[in-house]
Amino acid sequence: MGVVEVREKTGPRQRHTRSSDRVLEIGLYVFAVLMLIVLIYPLYFIVIASFSEPAAVANGQVWLWPKDFTLAGYQELLKHSNIWIGYRNTIVYTIVGTAIGLVVNISAAYALSRKDLVGRKYISLLFIFTMFFNGGLIPTFMTIRDFQLYDTFLVMVLPFSVAAFNIIVARTFFQSSIPEDLWEAAQLDGCGNLRYFVTIVIPLSKAVISVIALWTAVGHWNSYFNALIYLKDTNLYPLQLILRNILVTNQMQSAMGTGEAAAIALRLANIMRYAVIIVATVPIMCIYPFVQKHFNQGVMIGAVKS
Amino acid sequence: MTYRVHDDANERGIDLKAGQLNRTTHPTLGRIRKNWGLYLLLLPAVVLVLLFSYVPMYGILIAFKDYSPALGIMDSPWAGLKYFEKFFNSYQFSTTITNTLVISLYSVATFPIPIMLALMVNQMRQNGFKRFFQTVTYMPHFISTVVMVGLMLILFSPGSGLIGNIFRLFGAEAPNLMGSAGLFSSVYVWSDVWQHTGWDSIIYIAALSAVSPSLYEAATMDGASRWQKIRFIDIPMLMPTVVTLLILRIGSLLGVGFEKVYLMQNSLNITSSEVISTYVYKIGMLSSQYSFSSAINLFNTVINFVLLILVNQISKKYSENSLW
Repeated sequence: MGVVEVREKTGPRQRHTRSSDRVLEIGLYVFAVLMLIVLIYPLYFIVIASFSEPAAVANGQVWLWPKDFTLAGYQELLKHSNIWIGYRNTIVYTIVGTAIGLVVNISAAYALSRKDLVGRKYISLLFIFTMFFNGGLIPTFMTIRDFQLYDTFLVMVLPFSVAAFNIIVARTFFQSSIPEDLWEAAQLDGCGNLRYFVTIVIPLSKAVISVIALWTAVGHWNSYFNALIYLKDTNLYPLQLILRNILVTNQMQSAMGTGEAAAIALRLANIMRYAVIIVATVPIMCIYPFVQKHFNQGVMIGAVKS
Repeated sequence: MTYRVHDDANERGIDLKAGQLNRTTHPTLGRIRKNWGLYLLLLPAVVLVLLFSYVPMYGILIAFKDYSPALGIMDSPWAGLKYFEKFFNSYQFSTTITNTLVISLYSVATFPIPIMLALMVNQMRQNGFKRFFQTVTYMPHFISTVVMVGLMLILFSPGSGLIGNIFRLFGAEAPNLMGSAGLFSSVYVWSDVWQHTGWDSIIYIAALSAVSPSLYEAATMDGASRWQKIRFIDIPMLMPTVVTLLILRIGSLLGVGFEKVYLMQNSLNITSSEVISTYVYKIGMLSSQYSFSSAINLFNTVINFVLLILVNQISKKYSENSLW
């Protein structure tokens, strides 16, 4: 933002606009508006389709406004308890998983940011190596099973909470944004490492903590892979696995049989698909604006430098 | 200054407790002891990474064994390279490798798009529009893979979807985008571009906002047009970031993500959509051939690892940019 302001204030020369600059300016905005349409319209279409009669949607009568307004999709959604169990599970996994992820990664990152930590280089390597090499699907699955974590609540929030990339980003942030003198001063006052970390470092690091919380929360909310591999009990299923059955494998329809009842069921399944997309996506999209201000250069440059 | 004082204090502290230690080990031991809090902070992450990343690495042994659950990893008989040979000789070998490479190289080819978007955003002068534009371009990133593929199935349905209806407006027949082997990689890559370009551009936008304004001022003094500023200031300033991300990207060339491909797979496109990760899943989880699946997986991981090191070396030699 600062860059823009400064550039606009530079001398009289700047005010004289070249024709090539004009072309660039116009082309830029035309292209940007086209992009906005391509990005927004499909999402807008899902919203209006969720309030429309499915037949009208299928026949191509829904373009700019809902047709034959109905809330049947949302009403149908309320009747499916498995969706709401999935919803509840996902909320719990996201909250607990994000809390664990933050504690684990932020504390490790802070320790690794301290130059006086003996063995710092080797411990960093221990984490970074996991970004490029891993045991693979089956050996990891066998490990989880051997630790009795298969088909448990814990498998969704604990084993995969260490994220080397997040550690690196947070470490870079601590190194560049927390002055070293601060620790020396705190030490003189008899403050130990743990108290210093909790009472001084964390309050100064809200930016990087919110960004990593966002990454972790979005990851938990949206992933289905771990649930697919490590869960069997449908009562533990997260929302995404239930959505997969509704949206992708169409299990709702195939279980319905034939005849008139099936036709009604098909209509309901169709109308519900739009509503379920809205209900599943809106909450996580709402988090972003709260974190947006923290996506400043400080944090992102940390990612660049690493 | 304070440092020395404290080190001395610690040395004395240790001297009292362990007088037999010689002088050279004191500072290190002292620093470890003084910073015990830091090791406590590291403990959870280290324990988790050892248990769930390094213990499975030991399990890779089963790729070289005839694993039987009854015998366990250690006592199962050695199989040598049997399962690797089995993979190399199977008809799925060339299919999965080709499909993985096609999708991967296709994605790498779209690598410049977020960079172009960042250059574009950097040129926007109206701050209100700029903020709105950025928010809209980020939004699709928050759609989950499941919902994204569900969305594509709905919108791309030739019979009742949005695309089908648009084609019908012009009296044409819509292609079955989700059920076509030939179009699979295009649908996969361009839907990714739609969803993630805005998000991927954040890092470049941040790098551009760190460019010193004095560079632009000097360029303006010299009479540079905006095109020239993009060409000679913005793009060179982005290069280190571009190279770093490109190295990481190429390091996972054989690592096409499982989640989206698996959801997009169906019997109509399977010839183009079976990639290494989905094959590993099917062999391992669905047909329980643990050793075979692990061997394919290990082959994949090793190739990626070697590629990463190779690309990093090349980049180090020619551009002075490297990961380590």
